[in-house]
Amino acid sequence: MKAKKITLIILGIVSLIFPLVIRSDYYQHLVIIALMWVVIGSSWNLLAGYTGQVSFGHAIFFGTGAYTAGIFVTKLGMSAWWGMMFGGIVAMVFALFVGWICFRLRGPYFALATLAGGEIIRLIVTNWESLTEGMMGILIIQSFRSKLPYYYIALTLAFLCVFVIYLVMKSKWGYYFVSIREDQDAAESMGINTTLYKNVSLLISAFFTGMAGAFYMNYMAFIDPQVVYSLHYISIMAILVGIVGGVATTLGPAVGAFIMVGVQETFRSAFFGLAPKWISQAHALVFGLLVIFVIMFLANGVLGDWGKIKRYVFRIKASN
Amino acid sequence: MALLEVKKLTKAFGGLMAVNNVTFKIERGEIFGLIGPNGSGKTTTFNCINNFSPITSGDIFFKEKSIKGLKTHKICHLGIGRTFQVVKPLSRMTVIGNVTASAFCRVNTIKEARDEAYRVLDFCNLLKEKDKLAKSLPIEGRKRLEIARALATKPELLLLDEIAAGLNLSELDEAIDLIKRIRDKGITILIIEHIMKVIMTISDRIHAINFGQTIAEGTPQEVANNPEVIEAYLGAEYAQG
Ligand SMILES: Nc1ncnc2c1ncn2[C@@H]1O[C@H](COP(=O)(O)OP(=O)(O)OP(=O)(O)O)[C@@H](O)[C@H]1O
Ligand SMILES: [Mg+2]
Repeated sequence: MKAKKITLIILGIVSLIFPLVIRSDYYQHLVIIALMWVVIGSSWNLLAGYTGQVSFGHAIFFGTGAYTAGIFVTKLGMSAWWGMMFGGIVAMVFALFVGWICFRLRGPYFALATLAGGEIIRLIVTNWESLTEGMMGILIIQSFRSKLPYYYIALTLAFLCVFVIYLVMKSKWGYYFVSIREDQDAAESMGINTTLYKNVSLLISAFFTGMAGAFYMNYMAFIDPQVVYSLHYISIMAILVGIVGGVATTLGPAVGAFIMVGVQETFRSAFFGLAPKWISQAHALVFGLLVIFVIMFLANGVLGDWGKIKRYVFRIKASN
Repeated sequence: MALLEVKKLTKAFGGLMAVNNVTFKIERGEIFGLIGPNGSGKTTTFNCINNFSPITSGDIFFKEKSIKGLKTHKICHLGIGRTFQVVKPLSRMTVIGNVTASAFCRVNTIKEARDEAYRVLDFCNLLKEKDKLAKSLPIEGRKRLEIARALATKPELLLLDEIAAGLNLSELDEAIDLIKRIRDKGITILIIEHIMKVIMTISDRIHAINFGQTIAEGTPQEVANNPEVIEAYLGAEYAQG
């Protein structure tokens, strides 16, 4: 318990001073992106890991948050930072609709419905050019030249998201979410309005994912539907972040976010230029292999199986 | 007035009449037994009462108000708790977690829910298992967990579906004792049971069905002596040896 507390305090200090010590734009950028994935992964984990409703469509909320922020600039002439709050809210409105349709289904059917939902919304946004500029995407002017403000905004968002979810899971809602995951019929017979609470979980999840999307718009200053509504880069990546780190754990998705952003960048850059260029094309394959590895050997994710990893490492040390 | 009234209840699965025109009334404070051979429609009757599956026709009154068509969780809030014959533990939650989740039916804070869970676990003799995962309990413990979870919702009427099945003799005595203690708390009980020792000793009245239809109702003595019951139910059992 004490070791845990000390680790958390050190983690807090390191995350606060990191960009002051590491001045490289490149590394700061990677950590900002990883922090954004902490938000998305934790949100996905609330719905899938804790509530048992595995979503293959989190790009719906991410993309909607991003476009809300973008449209605030292009159509309303307001700051994209306003879009940050509203990005979360508009994502919740979409979530109401997604929940209304998809929660009629259970298990894999729910997952497929969210997947289809994501693709449908991507097509709508692509074709509704008068509002979204279609394939052209939306380009805005960044508010800051330095990465520091973005870093601290991303850090605040990540902290808030993890902390709020932690508090929720300690409350009545948390008990309800896990009950629904374990047995929906038993939960209903225990007096739990399963439809309502699945939607509550989805709404919280969508809110933070939408905020992350709006942050992405502000930070990257450019979005198009192929990126922010991407099945592969957003929806699947959210799942990977969750399961690699450890589903149904508080900090699992945070660990998963850093691992996955690291893996993704290693391959995108073809091992930082050390390996032949074609490697960067293979990153989808590597994602696949990673998933298989995690499911086979670390079914509970890096954090969930931390004890197992430690034992294994000690055994190697002992035999040396 | 009756606490629960089941009126001309009918439930069809396609062409199969699982429950066919069944009527009974349960008075406050009694233990009311529901018996019948395998597949006679007992569990289906429970599923209809808490709208786990929608009824085909008929009506159900709880405290004189129809509860037909109400959502399952609403019916629980009105004061009807139930256990499942095929137990449904929340496997990856602790025993106390299961019961705490259930206790939120009546309270809102963690502390109140925990306190209630402690009381109920103590009442059900499950307190020493409280930190175990529900999936690690043996079948007898799981059956008691079903009861504890239902009790934590503070029901006025408790539906117990074969909670004694699969228990050994000493466990049976404990189960009978538990049921009696629940009744002494003022909770009305509707119980399905195959084991004659249990149902005959604890029930105030018994309702017997076969192929979804009522064949007898009365005191345990009356029902046990009813020729139709002997033929349909006891007869079959004796014949099997
Ligand atoms: N969901 C369902 N779909 C179709 N048929 C069903 C369904 N549930 C139950 N039945 C059928 O309804 C009949 C009554 O089943 P039920 O489970 O109520 O019996 P039971 O009296 O509880 O039996 P047991 O003593 O074995 O528990 C059986 O023939 C069963 O096969
Ligand atoms: Mg049954």
